[in-house]
Amino acid sequence: MSSATAEISALVDREYKEGFVTDIESDTLPPGLDEQVVRAISAKKNDPPFMLEWRLEAFRRWQAMVEPSWAHVDYPPIDFQAISYYSAPRSPEDAPKSLDEVDPKLLETYEKLGIPLQEQKALAGVAVDAVFDSVSVATTFKANLAEVGVIFCPFSEAVRDHPDLVKKYLGAVVPQGDNYYAALNSAVFSDGSFVYVPKGVRCPMELSTYFRINAMNTGQFERTLIVADEGSYVSYLEGCTAPMRDENQLHAAVVELVAMEGAQIKYSTVQNWYPGDAEGRGGIYNFVTKRGACRGKRAKISWTQVETGSAITWKYPSVLLEGDESIGEFYSVALTNNRQQADTGTKMVHIGSNTSSTIISKGISAGRGQNTYRGLVKIIKGAEGARNYSQCDSLLMGDQCGAHTYPYLEVKNPTAIVEHEATTTKIGEDQLFYCRQRGLSEEDAISMIVNGFCKEVFRELPMEFAVEAQKLLGISLEGAVG
Amino acid sequence: MLSISDLMVEVGGKPILKGINLNIAAGEVHAIMGPNGSGKSTLANVLAGREGYDVMRGSVTYGDHDLLALTPEERAREGLFLAFQYPVEIPGVTNVYLIKEAVNAQRKHRGESELDAIDFLKLVRQKLQLVEMKEEFLHRPVNHGFSGGEKKRNEIFQMAMIEPRLAILDETDSGLDIDALKVVASGVNAMRQGDRSILLVTHYQRLLDYIEPDHVHVLADGRFVKSGDKHLARELEEHGYGWLEEQADSGAGQSAA
Amino acid sequence: MTAQAVVDYLAAQRRLEPELPAPDLPWLMELRDGGVERLRDAGFPSLRDEDWRYTNVQSLLKEPFEMGPIGQCDVDAAFVSSTTIPSLECYRVVVVNGIPIPHLSDVTLVPDGIRVSSLADLLVSDPGRLEPYLGKSLVPDPHGFTAMNSAFLGNGLVVEIAPGQVFDKPLEIVFVASAATESTMAQPRNLVVAGKGSRLQVLARYVAIGAQRTLTNVVTEVIVDADAHLTLYQLQEESKNSFHIGGLFAKLGRGSRFDAFAITLAGGLVRNDLRVDLDGAGAEVNLRGLYLARGRQHIDNHTQIFHNEPDCISHEHYKGVLDDRARAVFHGRIVVQPDAQKTVSEQSNQNLLLSRDAEIDTKPQLEIYADDVKCAHGATVGQLDKEALFYLRSRGIAEEAAKRLLIKGFASDVLLAVSPDSLREHLLTRVETMLTD
Repeated sequence: MSSATAEISALVDREYKEGFVTDIESDTLPPGLDEQVVRAISAKKNDPPFMLEWRLEAFRRWQAMVEPSWAHVDYPPIDFQAISYYSAPRSPEDAPKSLDEVDPKLLETYEKLGIPLQEQKALAGVAVDAVFDSVSVATTFKANLAEVGVIFCPFSEAVRDHPDLVKKYLGAVVPQGDNYYAALNSAVFSDGSFVYVPKGVRCPMELSTYFRINAMNTGQFERTLIVADEGSYVSYLEGCTAPMRDENQLHAAVVELVAMEGAQIKYSTVQNWYPGDAEGRGGIYNFVTKRGACRGKRAKISWTQVETGSAITWKYPSVLLEGDESIGEFYSVALTNNRQQADTGTKMVHIGSNTSSTIISKGISAGRGQNTYRGLVKIIKGAEGARNYSQCDSLLMGDQCGAHTYPYLEVKNPTAIVEHEATTTKIGEDQLFYCRQRGLSEEDAISMIVNGFCKEVFRELPMEFAVEAQKLLGISLEGAVG
Repeated sequence: MLSISDLMVEVGGKPILKGINLNIAAGEVHAIMGPNGSGKSTLANVLAGREGYDVMRGSVTYGDHDLLALTPEERAREGLFLAFQYPVEIPGVTNVYLIKEAVNAQRKHRGESELDAIDFLKLVRQKLQLVEMKEEFLHRPVNHGFSGGEKKRNEIFQMAMIEPRLAILDETDSGLDIDALKVVASGVNAMRQGDRSILLVTHYQRLLDYIEPDHVHVLADGRFVKSGDKHLARELEEHGYGWLEEQADSGAGQSAA
Repeated sequence: MTAQAVVDYLAAQRRLEPELPAPDLPWLMELRDGGVERLRDAGFPSLRDEDWRYTNVQSLLKEPFEMGPIGQCDVDAAFVSSTTIPSLECYRVVVVNGIPIPHLSDVTLVPDGIRVSSLADLLVSDPGRLEPYLGKSLVPDPHGFTAMNSAFLGNGLVVEIAPGQVFDKPLEIVFVASAATESTMAQPRNLVVAGKGSRLQVLARYVAIGAQRTLTNVVTEVIVDADAHLTLYQLQEESKNSFHIGGLFAKLGRGSRFDAFAITLAGGLVRNDLRVDLDGAGAEVNLRGLYLARGRQHIDNHTQIFHNEPDCISHEHYKGVLDDRARAVFHGRIVVQPDAQKTVSEQSNQNLLLSRDAEIDTKPQLEIYADDVKCAHGATVGQLDKEALFYLRSRGIAEEAAKRLLIKGFASDVLLAVSPDSLREHLLTRVETMLTD
């Protein structure tokens, strides 16, 4: 195994490619958090009064809460007063109206990230709302979307232009006091994305946002709200990268999804925040609250995530299955290497009748990584005919990593059918040898096997993301043939 | 093509091969027969480079190469193919994908361009006929959920695609019914041409009814105790291995051709 | 309420302490003091404790239980014989409210290779036989109840199986909860030591006289030495007003095997803690559980298996059938430590809910710190297979009868590994009777 282990290390130990720092002037608040800071952020965002009140309420709740400690992760205490809660690239007075107005350095950043906006516009037909640190700087394809009535804009713009929608849905799924990090986000969130898809509209393109943490010691607290009205459909892609820093950086985002009757939301994430170095120095603390509510009959929410980055990942994209016959899905690949830690999974709460949920989780542990699946399937008393299937598989590479599975199944209705299966295995030496005997290098053999292991999740991703995800795992493309 | 000289191999400190000598010339078909535990599969695995076997003495020359110094994939790219006794299951990886990667890895090694999708598919269809397998089987995960016979046919199919210079078939006949055996054998016979050498490792003589070897060697307790032509296999069928093992015990083993 | 209960029980312990056996043994004092301290510091568990999040013990704590009178026994031979399992040939020992009762036991019939003693007697006569084992498998006490057992440590049963001795006939231990007055509690501390290469089956039955409110807070420590094979059937048959907090802590030596069955057919609130430490290479543990609950029964099986050494095997299969307002909890934790390579571990928990008001909470958990392992777990909650039901009905079996048949089939497969035959038949009949009522 020793040579195989070495190969695996070489494969997953690649230098963090996205680790460059963009040198542009930032408009940054000094570190620390009190009511004045919340008011200052609100003022910088030109919040209407209702928004300021909402933030202050969240801040008061946050002050009364304690940081959760139940996850299977280990890190030194975070000094929440040492973090700066606002950082925006200094731009001309107003936000740019088109790409031409965007700071060329920023565009260069995106080029390095492999998301050339111009090209994507032409080739992929993907509308990108790029969040640089905390403020959205460019939104494309707005016009096309506006034609069919889809609203896709930075959160701050939605607060200004669509206050009724924001008032109605903000905090409707993740209330201000939901948990410690959600409360923090609710108080200080600086920007994010807002999507509204009107009744019966099938969003004509994949919507995408790239997040990136740039400034030192700044938290990224973006907030995303997606509302799919009756019978509509939207697919949303979220990609994340961050530069290399020795310090740890905090990322506490909130994502809320609302699917009305017959609506479908597909939310895909490829998370590649800086994971820290081999010794565990630096890296992002990714403490994220993501939750969707299937409000109406036959609503469907599907989460797909590929988590390869961050020093610590703490997130449980969840679905509240309120509408009858509503569907929740969670597909996840989480890779931890070096000293990365991930405690991730989902909650499926079955409330309506004949609801169903599917959970497919693939954890890969290498180096000294600790990988935990934590999931809750809850069938409440009145939830007739609920159905859940969960499968959680772990793949171990190297003898110093850990893989842990903590499913919680709570069933209060006799008509429910709930099934959970989990396996943990080592990457097969005989599989590696078999591939090598056919002439594949060990590295390619590992990639191939890992890719095969993750296949059920990758095929849920939109094509461009699937490619990126496979690259991220050091994998050459499978399925190009035949 | 292949020259094994005084090869001694241990597994976990226990001697398994105790001085093997064997020369296989280009185009020859050799069969190694022997009772269970005689070291047949060990020899096949050592030649392919599987870990866990300690070579204590001796050398193996393959073409111009010191075979034992090469990694498993280097051996494969130099044209050495092992049909596994127990083909490995790889969930999530389709058969066709593995084969395409394998074929292209070898082409690249030889400085040839990769096959384009159309040529590759043409070749695949042609070779599938050889082992009488349906196309849908290409898109199933490698050996996953295959019957024993399908796994063995898959090995021969891969061999046909890869077109090795030296093919080692490790107990490819075990667990096959007579029809499957005939299919496998005709697949192998179709491959028997020009410079290609084949090493058959088998416990039973019946495979040799369908694939006629040029030379037969009997392995017992880690040594070749007798070598001969195809008639030796028949003798073994009639008399069993007992009389040869006695020879091995008395140390009267002789080197193979 | 919890805090008051802690104060009350600590006071009761101080009153009783002078009467406990061997008060001057230093290691024993340490063990009891450790229990007192742990109970004082940790208190009794609440829903806020992750390991107790589905089991509320407030109903147990709201009124204090009194330790039964020491040295008195109101159980007669007629009661004992009324509880015996027909046609089961075994050696029998009877323990009433935590105290072994010689005149109700067939101790004289127990063969030489098995030594059965009262813990209280042995603490006085030959404590050296206990010192290496007692309290060693639960340091610190995992929660307030085991801590309380340690604090009150005074009596119970000790079973020692001599090395190399193999027995076909099982040893039956009948634990009787007998409430002379309302709210009696018993806190037996048992020890089973299976010597090297020995083999024995032990059947531990928990029964109650009448339906008084009783508490059995029992801790059993098990040592299975190298190459020994111990089978332990734990059969819960107390009353619907019984509270039962059971702790079973087993340490397995090299190449040993431990088969444990937890069969819960009665009890109002039952919590079974089971922890197995695979401490020797090549050890094997097989845990099987069956719980049938109805009325307002609450059954919590909390199991942990620690793979501490390489090449060990664990299998765990628990099944439950819940009716009426019954609630069950399954917690199955499997930990594979860094050095425990080549571990094979398999776990399942399957449940049938028969009523609208029944509830199951199940938490199978894998924690793996080694890489060369093969581990799998699964949990299911569901109803009877509709296809199977239809198949039976199409063969002319009435719907209700078909359902009973399927439920019995579901429950019975846990019992198929039970031997001897007479015990298995008895349990199958019990299960069938319960399901037919």
